[in-house]
Amino acid sequence: MSRVHVTCTINGDPAEFLCDGGQTLLDALRDEVGLTGAKEGCGTGDCGACSIVMDGRLLCSCLVLAPEAEGTSISTVEGMATGDDLHPLQQCFLEGAALQCGVCTPGFLVAAKALLDRNPDPTETEIRYGLAGNLCRCTGYDKIVRAVQAAAERLSG
Amino acid sequence: MLSAMKYASPTTVAEAVDLLGSEPDARVYAGATDLIPQIRAGRPEPNVMVDLKRIERLCAISSSGSTYTVGAATPTADICAHDGLAAAFPGLVEASGLIGSDQIQSRSSWGGNLANASPAADTPPSLIVNDARAVIAGPGGERTVAAADVATGPGTTSLGPGELIVEFELDEPPARTADAYLRLIPRTEMDIAVVGVAARVTLDGDGKVAAAAIALGAVAPTVVRVPDAEAALIGNEPAGDALAAVEAAASAATNPIDDKRGTVAYRRQVAGVLARRAVSIAAERARERGGQS
Repeated sequence: MSRVHVTCTINGDPAEFLCDGGQTLLDALRDEVGLTGAKEGCGTGDCGACSIVMDGRLLCSCLVLAPEAEGTSISTVEGMATGDDLHPLQQCFLEGAALQCGVCTPGFLVAAKALLDRNPDPTETEIRYGLAGNLCRCTGYDKIVRAVQAAAERLSG
Repeated sequence: MLSAMKYASPTTVAEAVDLLGSEPDARVYAGATDLIPQIRAGRPEPNVMVDLKRIERLCAISSSGSTYTVGAATPTADICAHDGLAAAFPGLVEASGLIGSDQIQSRSSWGGNLANASPAADTPPSLIVNDARAVIAGPGGERTVAAADVATGPGTTSLGPGELIVEFELDEPPARTADAYLRLIPRTEMDIAVVGVAARVTLDGDGKVAAAAIALGAVAPTVVRVPDAEAALIGNEPAGDALAAVEAAASAATNPIDDKRGTVAYRRQVAGVLARRAVSIAAERARERGGQS
């Protein structure tokens, strides 16, 4: 069966890839484009480990078919750092040990960035609701919430 | 998995209807928040996914005269951000915002919520109390039906082969009218309704109920209207005995299942309590809205 040719923008750069009609965008990013930051946790939109932003919308890339990416602009965790300079969220996650096994971390970072882009000064409640679509089985969430608070402060400072 | 499917992204409703008719197991693909998990859980793979989101009509919110039109695939995030809808239908918009996480809100839609026909779906009770109409396109053209007439049982609908929901129409509520939606889940976010209740109340100039609609979700195979509760309110203030009658009638109208989220007895009781509270909130909002329409 012929494969689908997709042209889009990924992390600000023009990109193209071939995919199958029924391949998820998560699988295409990982297996066709080579961006393995987004992870497959559940594959059903519950855990958020595959979170990306497509045309300004935070979503689970496991629930998107790859051909849908045609013409879109995609941001993944790989686009967060500027060269060797980590994004303040990444830096605060590291400094605050807001991760243990790390599988959920890319999704949390992408979702937290989407949250702060929309709401630069969220309350703790807003952070907890804003990240409710991301599951972490290691940390108990407190360190993640504190890291996001610290990053919000750093970004506004 | 999923690899043998074809993907199509029509830009007009007519093209989408043609595509759905061209293959025996073509499926409508909108947010896919239910569709992809269902396929992963072992449901048969469609051979063509017909993506509706590049059709402008399916993702647009507009108002003309006193009618709002909301595309069936419009993300609930956009619905929640729409000031006009939030002012006219606060309960329906609250129900829309309760669906899943921010990630899911980017994809979930009224059309999907209704057409997937989960008994526990959050928006159908609110669509129904607001007398929403669904515009359905198919090989025979377009037809308009009450949103209440779309779901016929768990996972089944009255949609014919090759038909899809294009948009919803909602009339601006009359003066002194408002709705509310309450849902019980075992935690505060990211769960499926144990019971959901939508209520809409219209008050007369004296603060008595002139019209009422109450619909229960997650307590029967489809959404249940509660005419006995509605009748108990008409002509009365939404308080005291009238609310007690609402609670009793709502509990009596349920036909729930027992599962890990709630027993039959629990769901029955909660349905009554939420119905009483939802009516109170809707009435309070209706009072605040006063004569505005």
